[in-house]
Amino acid sequence: MLTHEKASDTFDRIKKLTSADEVEVFLSGGKHSLTRFANNTIHQNVAEANHTISVRTAFGGRTARASTNKFDDESLRRVVEASESLAKVQHSDPDLLPMPDARETGGDADEAEGKTARATHTPAQTGTNPATPSRHFAATAAITPEQRAEGVKHIVAVADRHRLTTAGTYSSNEWVEGIFNSRGVNKWHEQTSAEISITMIGEDSSGWQKANSPDAVNLDPKTLAETAAKKAIDTAQPVELPPGKYTVILEPAAALDIVGFMFWDYSGTSILDQRSFLSGRIGTKVFGENITIWDDVNHPLQTGSPFDGEGMTRRRLPLVENGVVTRVVYARATAARMKRSEYKDKAGPVEATGHGFLLPNEAGEMPVNIVFAPPTHPQSLEQMISSTERGVLVTRLWYIREVEPYEKICTGMTRDGTFYIENGRVKHGIRNFRFNESLIHMLSNVAAMSLPVRASGEESIDMVVPAMKIDDFNFTEVTKF
Amino acid sequence: MQDVANWALNTADLRGASYADARIVAQRSRALTTKNGKVGSASDAESVGMSVRVLADGAWGFAASENLSRAAVEATAAHAVEIARASSRVKLHDVQMVAEKSVRADWATPCKIDPFSISVEQNIDLLLNIDSALRSVEGVTLAETNLNFNREESWFVSSEGSDIHQTKYSTGAGYAAYAFAGNEIQKRSYPCSYGGQWQNKGYELIEELKLLENARRIAEEAVALHNADQCPEGTFDIILEGSQLGLQIHESVGHPIELDRVLGMEANFAGTSFLTLDKLRHLRYGSDLVNVVADARQEHGPGLGTFGYDDEGVPAQCTKIITDGLFTGYLSSRETAHTIGENRSGGTLRAEGWNRLPMIRMTNISLLPGNKPLSLEQLIAATDHGILMDTNRSWSIDDKRYNFQFGCEIGWEIKNGKRIRMVKNPSYSGITTEFWNSLDAICSRDEWTLWGTPNCGKGQPQQVMGTGHGAAPSRFRKIKVGCAFKNN
Repeated sequence: MLTHEKASDTFDRIKKLTSADEVEVFLSGGKHSLTRFANNTIHQNVAEANHTISVRTAFGGRTARASTNKFDDESLRRVVEASESLAKVQHSDPDLLPMPDARETGGDADEAEGKTARATHTPAQTGTNPATPSRHFAATAAITPEQRAEGVKHIVAVADRHRLTTAGTYSSNEWVEGIFNSRGVNKWHEQTSAEISITMIGEDSSGWQKANSPDAVNLDPKTLAETAAKKAIDTAQPVELPPGKYTVILEPAAALDIVGFMFWDYSGTSILDQRSFLSGRIGTKVFGENITIWDDVNHPLQTGSPFDGEGMTRRRLPLVENGVVTRVVYARATAARMKRSEYKDKAGPVEATGHGFLLPNEAGEMPVNIVFAPPTHPQSLEQMISSTERGVLVTRLWYIREVEPYEKICTGMTRDGTFYIENGRVKHGIRNFRFNESLIHMLSNVAAMSLPVRASGEESIDMVVPAMKIDDFNFTEVTKF
Repeated sequence: MQDVANWALNTADLRGASYADARIVAQRSRALTTKNGKVGSASDAESVGMSVRVLADGAWGFAASENLSRAAVEATAAHAVEIARASSRVKLHDVQMVAEKSVRADWATPCKIDPFSISVEQNIDLLLNIDSALRSVEGVTLAETNLNFNREESWFVSSEGSDIHQTKYSTGAGYAAYAFAGNEIQKRSYPCSYGGQWQNKGYELIEELKLLENARRIAEEAVALHNADQCPEGTFDIILEGSQLGLQIHESVGHPIELDRVLGMEANFAGTSFLTLDKLRHLRYGSDLVNVVADARQEHGPGLGTFGYDDEGVPAQCTKIITDGLFTGYLSSRETAHTIGENRSGGTLRAEGWNRLPMIRMTNISLLPGNKPLSLEQLIAATDHGILMDTNRSWSIDDKRYNFQFGCEIGWEIKNGKRIRMVKNPSYSGITTEFWNSLDAICSRDEWTLWGTPNCGKGQPQQVMGTGHGAAPSRFRKIKVGCAFKNN
């Protein structure tokens, strides 16, 4: 693994090679291993070690980036030269800012050394940054192929016991990210993660569960396997229901996969580009009173590095408060542009928030550590079901795509465990539906929520999100299984 | 590179692997974009590394490293064997591979102009000129352009004696104009959406695409959509333009014929397939006019699925997938071919890069053009009432590949053989086999284009792969239109 010391040394070598006015180096990489199983057999099993050096040079208002995965002198010389050559032929961009210094980026210079894990999370004042919890666990980094195989063996045993077929993954990862620049920024982050995803398959049904954590001790393959198996068993012989508007209960993974499609729009760049559904809506009530959403990298259930693509400390921000969209996130240059733009009075608080991507880029920034606030009166999944006269319980959504960008209509399918609820009880499995649903409509019709949990899907970034009971969810078609 | 491969294969052999192959890959890419009159991003990247795939105790192991030193390569190979032995702890059967003759070969993409030889200034000038043309149309609120160049050099060496060196180039280019007004965002793209057209070619592709020549028309269409009527909802005959049909082929033919999906190997993520093994040579997939091939050979064209050899050393081939409407073939690999009674792989195993395990991927999955001369304008003239849909805007299909829904950027209602009005937000949906059985006309070869899809995701960890899809505009009868906006 690349160490902070070696990364700093690499930055020093690059500094000596460049004639640019400013230079920034982003180093990332690590070890990634994934054991994949299907048909109750491990059929793919992979491991990778790789690190990338990404160099951005700047000459006045001109900048460009080049990257390599080689650390020898000749490769470093070439990558610096490539970055400089690309930068020098750019047209000067008056919006390009000087690189930030350590004071401007804020936060700890080396968060990896400040491993102050927090047992509980207390909402802090907007913009303050309590220490990031430790996200590196030696035991998770040391997981072996044999240990992953042992976990898979437990999952297959559950499948065998229920006469099901199982497919899924068990992965373990360790990686680092560091950003350095010629104005003194030096930030470093170390992280581990483990993830288990399980599909249990019956003759005409299936069930699914997925979980991940920086610390593998939080994962329980047997419990996940049993839950997925129960879903496959309980949805056997699915019944076809007509499409239409239904009360829907989305489990957390289903909720995150669909709501995740709106967070690209919580960006100053999207507002400036006039392609955000929040254009003209910031400061107004867009969703129901019960919806409050934060971006908070330091939340104990969140993961990732506490700095952005320029090394700016990610700030904790309320994006939505009681249904009102209060603000969007900004990279440094986006904030500066917004302050000069005609939209500045309709864009919420305008300041760099630490959510920018590596420069140069055209996308700007995005909140990537979404945390839904707990509801005033949380309900368990069971309570939501028991209060539902007629509805649909959804385990997972699939192949979600945006159909209409301003009303934020998304389409997609249910998958791997879709149930019919009648008179407060889960009755039976049903064939999967296609939905075409506006996220504005959906989040304005949330009748109940559970306490938020860390959830992971396949279509959107992981989030801390509740299960949601939604009125009038729009199913438009039904498929054949 | 021969030394690197030998270090890996020798170590795998010494550790007890019954089969091993090593791939060393060097990738180089350049990405240039502009947005509203300025360069959006300018970046170069290179990545070099090696991987070892082994069979030990009847199970697979795979390890990859960026480090090409002897010690690192041997450690990587040893780790691959260790992983294979761990895999063998959870297996029902030993892996079987059909035989493949070993080969020593050198293959390269025919490339007239090395795209990396064109100056960055020239490229940026082209993009800024397009940008300027797009924004010269009043009402355009955002213009985006892109150019992408890739070069991949690979060495494949196997314990069975294969030694293959390949060099591939791919080039992509496109742009989009957005118009935001009132409560609506409309968009038009050229030559197609999501990064434009991509092929395994050099810079000559850029010269062929007539990018600048079409910019103003595309921008005008984006603005005009605001005054267009909403696409009607109901059952209509539809005509799909080629790039949209290419994506339709990708989603509703290309993915379901992947044999690893059919066998359940992708069940946890990408899904399975309705094309169970009993359907081979029995299912009427489409109407008699439907002939689809999976063709990776250079003679099919410069598609993103064109190569000399796949990533387990099997030569490029043409497999008939649908023949006169009958389902006749899957995409297979050395591990899966025996399950359909084949004694040879169809040659479709590919990896995103040096650090990824090769898996079954679409090559060029193409709908062959109609035999009789038929232009798009003639097809429109022969249509009583229908909707012509152009350029993809959204796409979604279930995990067995039955139910799909596509949205397009623009449409035109056709009545009595004429386009009578532009319509906005067109969408259509259906069930795969019902849809392909409703096809009743395909334009001829002069309307046929080998479209590139550069962003096909599959696998865990996910890999992104380029695929090719030849298509000519075609007509489908009695298709459900407008479902995407129903009740919204």
